[in-house]
Amino acid sequence: MKELLSGNVAIARGAFENGVILAAGYPGTPSTEILETLSRYKGIYSEWAPNEKVALEVGIGAAMAGARTIVTMKHVGVNVAADPLLSLAYTGVNGGLVLVSADDPGMHSSQNEQDNRYYAKFAKLAMLEPSNSQEAKDMMGLGLAISEQFDIPVMLRTTTRVAHSQSMVELGEPVAREIKPYSKDVKKNLMVPAFGRLRRISLAERTAKLAEYSENTPLNFIVPGNDKVGVITSGISFQLVREVLPDASVLKLGMTNPLPLELIKKFAAQVKTLFVVEELEPFLEEQIRMLGIQVTGKELFPYTGEYNQGLLRRCFGEAGVLSASPQVEDPAAGLPQAPPRPPVLCAGCPHRAVFYTLRRLKLTVTGDIGCYTLGGLPPLEGIDSCVCMGASIGMAHGIDKAVPDLKGRTVAVIGDSTFLHSGITGLLNAVYNNSDSTIIILDNRTTAMTGHQDHPATGRNLMGQAAPEVDITMLCRSLGVKRVEVVDPMDLSRLQEVIKSEIITPGPSVIIARRPCALLKREIKPAVTVDQEKCTGCKTCLKLSCPAISIVENKALVTADACVGCNLCVQVCKTGAMQGGQVDA
Amino acid sequence: MLKPVDVLMVGVGGQGTILASKVLAAAAQAVGYDIKVSEIHGMAQRGGSVVTQVRLGERVYSPLISEGEADVILAFEELEALRWLSYLKPGGTLIINNQQIYPVPVLAGVAEYPQNIIAQIQSRGVNVQVLKALEQAISCGNAKAANVVLLGALAQKLPIEEKIWRDALAATIPPRLLEVNNTAFTAGFTVGTVSVGC
Repeated sequence: MKELLSGNVAIARGAFENGVILAAGYPGTPSTEILETLSRYKGIYSEWAPNEKVALEVGIGAAMAGARTIVTMKHVGVNVAADPLLSLAYTGVNGGLVLVSADDPGMHSSQNEQDNRYYAKFAKLAMLEPSNSQEAKDMMGLGLAISEQFDIPVMLRTTTRVAHSQSMVELGEPVAREIKPYSKDVKKNLMVPAFGRLRRISLAERTAKLAEYSENTPLNFIVPGNDKVGVITSGISFQLVREVLPDASVLKLGMTNPLPLELIKKFAAQVKTLFVVEELEPFLEEQIRMLGIQVTGKELFPYTGEYNQGLLRRCFGEAGVLSASPQVEDPAAGLPQAPPRPPVLCAGCPHRAVFYTLRRLKLTVTGDIGCYTLGGLPPLEGIDSCVCMGASIGMAHGIDKAVPDLKGRTVAVIGDSTFLHSGITGLLNAVYNNSDSTIIILDNRTTAMTGHQDHPATGRNLMGQAAPEVDITMLCRSLGVKRVEVVDPMDLSRLQEVIKSEIITPGPSVIIARRPCALLKREIKPAVTVDQEKCTGCKTCLKLSCPAISIVENKALVTADACVGCNLCVQVCKTGAMQGGQVDA
Repeated sequence: MLKPVDVLMVGVGGQGTILASKVLAAAAQAVGYDIKVSEIHGMAQRGGSVVTQVRLGERVYSPLISEGEADVILAFEELEALRWLSYLKPGGTLIINNQQIYPVPVLAGVAEYPQNIIAQIQSRGVNVQVLKALEQAISCGNAKAANVVLLGALAQKLPIEEKIWRDALAATIPPRLLEVNNTAFTAGFTVGTVSVGC
């Protein structure tokens, strides 16, 4: 039976069909749906870990003890998991372990577009790259088998257009879930220098065997075509190349570490002109050039962004492979430019109040990863920076220690899920090093940006069971923070008062701005109305960047079906024109 | 031989583009099409621009539609029609819902919502079919069924029989909402027989 599945759902299906026993990860676009789908299969244990490093370590334990395992994360999550990852190829596995790295060329939902294929080379993993959902499912199963056969972790590397595109997949029957026997083997699993050196040699041997496998695996195959133009490609680029150059010879690489160097040489010898088509970095190209083979790659195709067939047609046109396509008149030529429609904080979002206040107080704000990056755009403009998960706290502390002018004028903002992911150590550092910084934890009781996943402070786990709920206030106190205040961000005046007092108080302080995500706990109260007599059209309410508020004919207008009655605008309005219910205490 | 069709569905988060693409995919699958659907989500709930690309054919390689390639653009909102118009191929059809949803820069007064978008697009010689999908959905009994009104108009343009569409709706939409959506589909499907404007 065939079903239309996204790459992510297909990977979950592949794990289900191929005997996976444990699945762990941390939410991150475009990887999140893999674990969400797996959690609905009976017989597989799945969990959200607080961060990717922990998720991988959970997976390593399960695999060492003999269980087939999948660990999922977005590309930048692999940075967090890099420490265990870089030694994992040394120890190897027992039950198969597949790490899914979901990369994001074009940065649809990420802070960078790093090319994680280099991790496979760096950490000496086997790497598989699917180009559609069927391959995603098949490679998940094959990855587990390769992992066990070669005693090596396997990276299944997807990109957004593989993870989030749907295509037809033939479903199979699940095999029995079996745990391989575990026996203590310190020379394999205890990475002290003496044993590490032995495993380093073993790794070189295993890599050599994998290279041989790569030469012969059906994952790497030639699509025969004319002998004039040959293309070496992998992942989604394969599909684009097939569409743009249906007659060309194509070497499709499904296994991209280690590369099948002999197969590449053989293919190169068959064609007159050779191209390498790969998004992001010249990962294949560099290795092919090292073989002394002449190829055209990044001098023709861009280093940045996502590819599509239009772009490839233009590039192959420039190279003289395709005749220039006839100039088609753009139907939009001469029409006005469409103004942007950026995503914004939702109506009723509790973060809005915090950013509005921070902006009013003219503070320097180090930000973090989550929905609240949306508070950095005009007109809220409530954040100065966003680097990576957890960075806000360390950065605020650094500013506090280094720049006297900004001392007492800087705060860090971080979400609840992000704080538990990698903010705790930053806060511990602030306490230990006697920081005066102020940290605001935007506690909306969920991992909102990626679609409301649970975390250690929500009281539920991925499998839908009740779970112990970490008390963030007590956690901060236990780290040594003496001043921890919990405020309702929707109470603007108290929020402002607390922030003003904490930023000038010596010692680290934490303000927990607690209110559930507006999408999670839909409390729709009567919409705000505008008293036309009192409204002076001053536009103060517009500074909230609320999707329900606009100015029409110099008067504020609240769109009733967009407003959820959070009454923030009522509190901001200077003339009392905004009329709503009582402020919820 | 199944005729290849590329459909771009564009709108604003919350308008139901994803459900519409699911019904289209189910109908296309029933007639034996190879299908690829690509969407960027994640920000959809936060009022951003959303686009779903649906490609049908005997064999579909790329999941993406490039500029100048879409046979049909199904626009759930006027500004989004304008934003994605370059993706329409010469001779392609734009099905447009005459609804305007102001983005925050417009609400905030830092950008202007272009005037008379539909007339301006028509002046470029594009095949345009205008629907009042929201009004029609409301008269069918549920404003949220505007997506299915638009889907009905799209169905009229595609080589897939009506019965298959009905089955696809039944397979995709929860039973309690099926009746109103079937009515909404009929509304769009009937409008789709008459070319409006242009």
